[in-house]
Amino acid sequence: MPANRFNAFTDYGIGIGLRVPHYRHILEKKPVVDWFEIISENFMVDGGRPLEVLDRILEQYRVVQHGVSMYFGSADPLDRTHLKKLKALVKRTKTPWLSDHLCWGSVDGTYTHDLLPMPYTFAAAKRTAEKIRQVRDYVEVPICVENVSSYAEFHVSEMTEWEFLSEVVELADCGILLDVNNIYVSSKNHGFNPYDYVNGVPPDRVGQIHVAGHTKFEKYILDTHDHPVLDPVWKLYAHAVRRSGVTATLLEWDDKIPSFQEVHDEALKANEFIAGARAAKKAAPAAASR
Amino acid sequence: MKLPARQRTTRDLKSLQRLMTATLVRPLTRTNRLQGRWTDGRTMKAVAESFIKPNDRLTALERLQIYARCYWFRLLDSFYDDCPGLRAVLGERKFMRLAEAYLAKYPSRSFTMRNLCSRLEKFIRSEPRLTAPHSALARDVVRFEWAQTVAFDGPSRPALTADDIADRPPTRLRLGLQPYLSLLALDYAADDFVIAVKKEGELSADASNTPVAAPRAAKLRRAARPKRGRVYVAVHRHDNMIYYKRLEPAAHRILRALRAGRTIAQAVGHVRGVTPENLQAWFKNWVELGWFCRRA
Repeated sequence: MPANRFNAFTDYGIGIGLRVPHYRHILEKKPVVDWFEIISENFMVDGGRPLEVLDRILEQYRVVQHGVSMYFGSADPLDRTHLKKLKALVKRTKTPWLSDHLCWGSVDGTYTHDLLPMPYTFAAAKRTAEKIRQVRDYVEVPICVENVSSYAEFHVSEMTEWEFLSEVVELADCGILLDVNNIYVSSKNHGFNPYDYVNGVPPDRVGQIHVAGHTKFEKYILDTHDHPVLDPVWKLYAHAVRRSGVTATLLEWDDKIPSFQEVHDEALKANEFIAGARAAKKAAPAAASR
Repeated sequence: MKLPARQRTTRDLKSLQRLMTATLVRPLTRTNRLQGRWTDGRTMKAVAESFIKPNDRLTALERLQIYARCYWFRLLDSFYDDCPGLRAVLGERKFMRLAEAYLAKYPSRSFTMRNLCSRLEKFIRSEPRLTAPHSALARDVVRFEWAQTVAFDGPSRPALTADDIADRPPTRLRLGLQPYLSLLALDYAADDFVIAVKKEGELSADASNTPVAAPRAAKLRRAARPKRGRVYVAVHRHDNMIYYKRLEPAAHRILRALRAGRTIAQAVGHVRGVTPENLQAWFKNWVELGWFCRRA
């Protein structure tokens, strides 16, 4: 049974991020991978090698686009040039869904190139949902918004992060890219129970899940994507998969990137939990019919 | 800037985002901390406390500082990768001062960091003290390095073939040049210099959104700063690889004239002392390289 309408009813399995150090290996060895996630902005260019590499990847693999600078949560209106480039890329990749972050990062046209946390207010949720709808209507593919890891909270917040995420996706009628590593990182930085978060979001809207590694500092945790996934994050992932069912899953490894095989092997650890979810799903109707 | 106690509108959201952005894009101290005072004289601690909650381990200021550091480390990291030649001209400390001053004056205005250095040449012209006594060389190196960015992923148009051009009267034929092709007239051999300092494989291929440290001084090869001497260089791509090609002064003038919209006859008519055989060889080579396209 494929996942849900927010990942276009696909059953994509386990993917990894397409990263420059792996290009040669992928193009020459053509390893078996369920799918690659690309950073949209890396390919929203006018020509040259990035697009040549992408086209060669598209000949062999399924690709899903993941953005880092749409900034649904910025008060600014959407950037039309950005949208046009994004739509052109969507046509090129035929991505079944599109994801970006529930965050902001630009104001008055100045870009921080960061994924900054939202104030969890009803006004911000309304504005964010409105922009998500605008993007979806323009690019014409389902959208999943990803929860970010954060290191600060605002006085003006009126609800928890998961309540805010739920409010936004209900208002926008969009999917969730549930990043369980980000939930774990934020839970440590802000002192909440990560399972409350996972339990607090609508499971039927989770179209994709991210797992990744992080770095612990003395007083906080940074979402560095430069390590294997830690056990507490895998446990949280298992819980999320139990709630949402089999969901397209992706390992993010963006810094100190090891060999392709090492990254892929780490990602495939998710299979263990997906198999459990599949078995549970199969067992459920059988049990119901007895 | 005083924020409303409750956020009811998009304008309220924008006020908060403006304040936070302003705190992030302000240069850090030498020890990579937020500056002690805000622009209105308040302590930075008071400003941070006005909109960010502390927790049991970190003050509001410390939490804000995490983001400020990430902002600067990320942008400086990108700068390091994009400007190895400029680093070699200025040395690490001077390069850092220039990078901070540039980013403070020209924060990123693009969704991609690819365009971070697009206004660097203009900045160096307006602030020569930051690159003295090597301002002219620094400008040339920056122009050359930016041309590489353009050649890497700039737009292209269908290349004209020899057949497309043959039999067209030179007095009426106007050719376009590929947008990714840069034609540089340099006072220093910046091409040789940048190639000499670049060490293969030193550029970062990482893509993390959360840098944890200031950019490290990546090793560059030592190369003597070039002596002053005019060179003409085309920076282009072929089969999606970046190439640099030295041009004769006359060849450079012809190509510049074509880009400006002159006919072939007009472009060639402005140069002296070039044999018809040379001209023919140049045009043949430029067509083979795919430099010509229809005018936009």
